[in-house]
Amino acid sequence: MNAFWIVTIGTSVIAFLLKYAGHSIPQHLLENPRLQRVNALIPIALLSALVAVQTFTSESKVIIDHRLAGVSVAIVALLLKAPFPVVVLSAAFTSAAIYNWL
Amino acid sequence: MSRIDSVTARDSFSVSLTVGAYGVAFGAASVASGFSVLQSCLISLLTFSGASQFAAVGVLGAGGNPVSAIATASLLGVRNGLYGVIMAPRLKVRGIKRIVAAQITIDESTAVSLGAEGRSSDSGRQGFWLTGAGVYIFWNLFTLAGALGAQAMGDARAWGLDSAVPAAFLGLVWPRLKTNGDRLLAVVSVVFAIAMTPILPAGLPIIATAFIAVAVGLRR
Repeated sequence: MNAFWIVTIGTSVIAFLLKYAGHSIPQHLLENPRLQRVNALIPIALLSALVAVQTFTSESKVIIDHRLAGVSVAIVALLLKAPFPVVVLSAAFTSAAIYNWL
Repeated sequence: MSRIDSVTARDSFSVSLTVGAYGVAFGAASVASGFSVLQSCLISLLTFSGASQFAAVGVLGAGGNPVSAIATASLLGVRNGLYGVIMAPRLKVRGIKRIVAAQITIDESTAVSLGAEGRSSDSGRQGFWLTGAGVYIFWNLFTLAGALGAQAMGDARAWGLDSAVPAAFLGLVWPRLKTNGDRLLAVVSVVFAIAMTPILPAGLPIIATAFIAVAVGLRR
């Protein structure tokens, strides 16, 4: 079994178990406010790190290229309160334009 | 279940369609990261949680090992478990219905349900089932479309897909940045992940930022 299958199956199994566990455990066990706060912060850290790695790195090297232009345009779109599809498409368009024509 | 409340039905449908359409971005990103069309569709059918799915394909696509890809995706999936805790006493279902309810417990079904609950507890339950089922259908159809589209495109960079993926992550994290503390955590995570990339094996710089979040959350 190759890495792609391992990730496909492993991610799916754990994702379901987490959801099902939530439906099955007593509510009072998770009312601790610190736990709630950690739960709100983890996605912020992981998603920010993913943005950084996908924008600035390639095969363990730090690189500045067309992707930074795309993501910068996405930031402008978000500051202008653009909807999600506009954010993604404007980044893709900018990045593709620079990659293909510069 | 009583008569379906039309406001809840309308809200559920519009959320399902707009959120489901992001499935195109996932299908495309997944194929661009090296997953097959079949694997991409299975991830959407079985994992069914946007941020986790993007993380799984993103980490593996960036050269990370399968364990860090699964771990990152799973940490992002923990919040669905907490939504389950909130929804279980409202839905009060057992057996096969609980399995179905668990699978469609995501950001959107929980949010629409809690919003609709103000009208009546029936509306709240309808909001959960309608939105969960609606997003499930559209998300999977659009994943297939995106995966097939990306397969036809060839070089992902020429179509800007390599920027669309981080832009999608940015769009997911942006609404979560509510306080200055949140924004500081985001900046620290960005700097840490970039600084650690040449040093740590691929995937680890990302997952390590979860520990920063835990440290901040327990201290504050």
